Amino acid sequence: MPLPPVKETYSGQVNEITLGGGDRKSVTIGGAKTIPHGGDREATGRRPVIAVDVLDAPPEDWPPVLADAYADVLQDPAAWATKAVETVGAELLCVKFDGIHPDKGDRDADHAVQVTRKVLEAVDVPLILWGCGNDDKDNAVMPKVSEAAKGRNVLLGTVTEDNYKNLTAIALADSHFLISQAPLDINIAKQVNILVSDMGFPLERLVMFQTTGALGYGLEYAYSIQERECLAALAGDKLMAMPQICDVGYEAWRAKEAKISDEDAPEWGDAARRGPLWETVTAIALLQSGVDIVRMRHPKAIARVQAYINGLWGSDA
Amino acid sequence: MALSGLDIFKLLPKTNCKKCGMPTCLAFAMALAQKKVSLDECPDASDEARQALAAAAAPPMLAVTFGTGDGQCKVGGETVLFRHEEKFHSPTAVAVTLPDDTDEAAMKQKAETIKGFAFERIGQPMPVEAVAVMNASGDAAKFAAAAEIAKTTGKAIILVTESPDAAAAALQKVKDTTPLLAAATAETADAMARVACEAGCPLVARAADPEALADLTEKLKGAGCEQIVLWLDAPDGWSEMTGMTTVRSLALRSTFRPLGFPTIAFATEGEPEDQIGRASALLCKYAGILVVETVEPWALLPLLTARQNIYTDPQKPVQVKPDLYAVGEADENSPVLFTTNFSLTYYTVEGDVEASRVPAWILCVDTEGTSVLTAYSGDKLNEKTVAKGMQDADVESKVKHRKLIIPGYVAVMSGKLEEETGWEVLVGPRESNVIPRYLKEVWTS
Repeated sequence: MPLPPVKETYSGQVNEITLGGGDRKSVTIGGAKTIPHGGDREATGRRPVIAVDVLDAPPEDWPPVLADAYADVLQDPAAWATKAVETVGAELLCVKFDGIHPDKGDRDADHAVQVTRKVLEAVDVPLILWGCGNDDKDNAVMPKVSEAAKGRNVLLGTVTEDNYKNLTAIALADSHFLISQAPLDINIAKQVNILVSDMGFPLERLVMFQTTGALGYGLEYAYSIQERECLAALAGDKLMAMPQICDVGYEAWRAKEAKISDEDAPEWGDAARRGPLWETVTAIALLQSGVDIVRMRHPKAIARVQAYINGLWGSDA
Repeated sequence: MALSGLDIFKLLPKTNCKKCGMPTCLAFAMALAQKKVSLDECPDASDEARQALAAAAAPPMLAVTFGTGDGQCKVGGETVLFRHEEKFHSPTAVAVTLPDDTDEAAMKQKAETIKGFAFERIGQPMPVEAVAVMNASGDAAKFAAAAEIAKTTGKAIILVTESPDAAAAALQKVKDTTPLLAAATAETADAMARVACEAGCPLVARAADPEALADLTEKLKGAGCEQIVLWLDAPDGWSEMTGMTTVRSLALRSTFRPLGFPTIAFATEGEPEDQIGRASALLCKYAGILVVETVEPWALLPLLTARQNIYTDPQKPVQVKPDLYAVGEADENSPVLFTTNFSLTYYTVEGDVEASRVPAWILCVDTEGTSVLTAYSGDKLNEKTVAKGMQDADVESKVKHRKLIIPGYVAVMSGKLEEETGWEVLVGPRESNVIPRYLKEVWTS
């Protein structure tokens, strides 16, 4: 029988942005004109993309199941990036500068610039360059990182309600893209976008980030806020029309269920498969909320989520 | 879909007889549309009017129950596309397969495993609700035998077969448990409808796209079936996900009755990770029942957790049981921090305390599931509630020192809290992510 027309129609659209390019590879995200799975391929926009995490310094707190997957490259961000692209299949990398945090080594700007240069030399996929979350340190280091990546069309993160001026100014000067961050709060997200926009930064070069909740640890909050942001974009709100990014890798691997060893939780079964699946399910669930980039870590989880994406969108697009 | 006052007016006798107590039929129609009066007040209403109003009042998606006693499952009855609009009402029932082509010992073992599942998180049980008996053998007797084994689990039963004969044979053994019969196709609609109606059990309609499903449910309704569940057996992932979304939207937003039923989806192929990956997408978009093959706890745990998350009422914050919790090997010299019992607050603090690698105690104070600042301004977090929490959890016997670390945002309550408890109050950081540094540097010194 003929079906009645679907009632939801949307006048707005999520912005489409292209990271990288020039003499390097590029990746385009966003562009949805309807909710996830709400229409044909054209209307649902670009396929979501996985950004594979590379850390600037060896992580101190990764559980063995995760650290073992990168054991041969943890000391060397360039080798790590190469492995992420060649072995894990990354089309987008996120260099996370945890090592500059005062509590995690307090490395200086020279270190961060060196890491940026080496990763740019080692691989030709587009980059996300993400600070440590300590405002003073990020303000001191990230402008130099931005400069080192000038002309590469990277995505810089993050600006918050309390700390946006430095990074916004430098991202504008170096023509990068910028991540606006909010603490699971849709109103603050909009506020940050307005503040950044008031400095002359184009809304079309922003990506939104709500601090992610992992499976079992507030996933439903991130899910609904991201869904509401997507709906706001589709309803035509230009201040909320940015593509969205979420941080699955870091959050999922903080979960006890992901990292606890077999000896400590025999009732939960094989940790070697449990951890990656915790990350996989966090990612696939959040993809249903309309997010455009998911940051991930474990190669097995990345492969599963990529297979899920390919299964829906096809592997060639 | 709700009828407007004018829609209803057209169905009324239009005599303005005033027997209903209203001055005109139009006034009565308006009152009806606002559900202020019942149609029973009108003695002259036609049967046609009664039916139209009853149909309009029916929920847009039917709720279907199957199983009996403790194993009873209710699925469907959903009202929204997005959980923030209201909430998702009936948590997706998770079923594990029991194929009838393995030997009896293996079947019994799997049934025992299913029966033994007892997952729990934040004090809430996370059950596996059902067993899906799969007629993989194609044999009616084997199917019936497997159904009997499934019955020993006490869970709700889903009978999955293409054969009306096999369905009838299995129903003979287990129809007292009101199983869900899966599935009727366009070819087997009449025969399956007969078997399901005789046994009084709900029936799954299986078709490859929403149009064919709508045709099939009309056919099944014509054959006397009312309790129907939809199985969108799509050829690929894309059409499955878009089809599930279309079905949900047409049922709820357009009140399209032929698709106004809960759904079932099968994620039984491939490795456990393949099954759970696909199942977690279908859980969000919009499966009422999910069938998987795996019994691995590491695979079921994330799926059941995802269900708990997605089906949480967005209006009611999830709460952690107020108590004193040890993080790491906390002992009598370890620091004591308190926070509220809003799950997101508590787990954020717990994660950061864990990250500090300093063994510690977290006192989870009952603030009715509100965050630190909300609880403070609502007077749910004050010296009295903290002192009560300390008393209830008997903190004094757990540590030798008398030092309490409080969230930086409520530093202002330090004085009163010291008076109330006699403990020395240390003002901790405002943001949870500073806790590791605080514990390592401030507490340790």
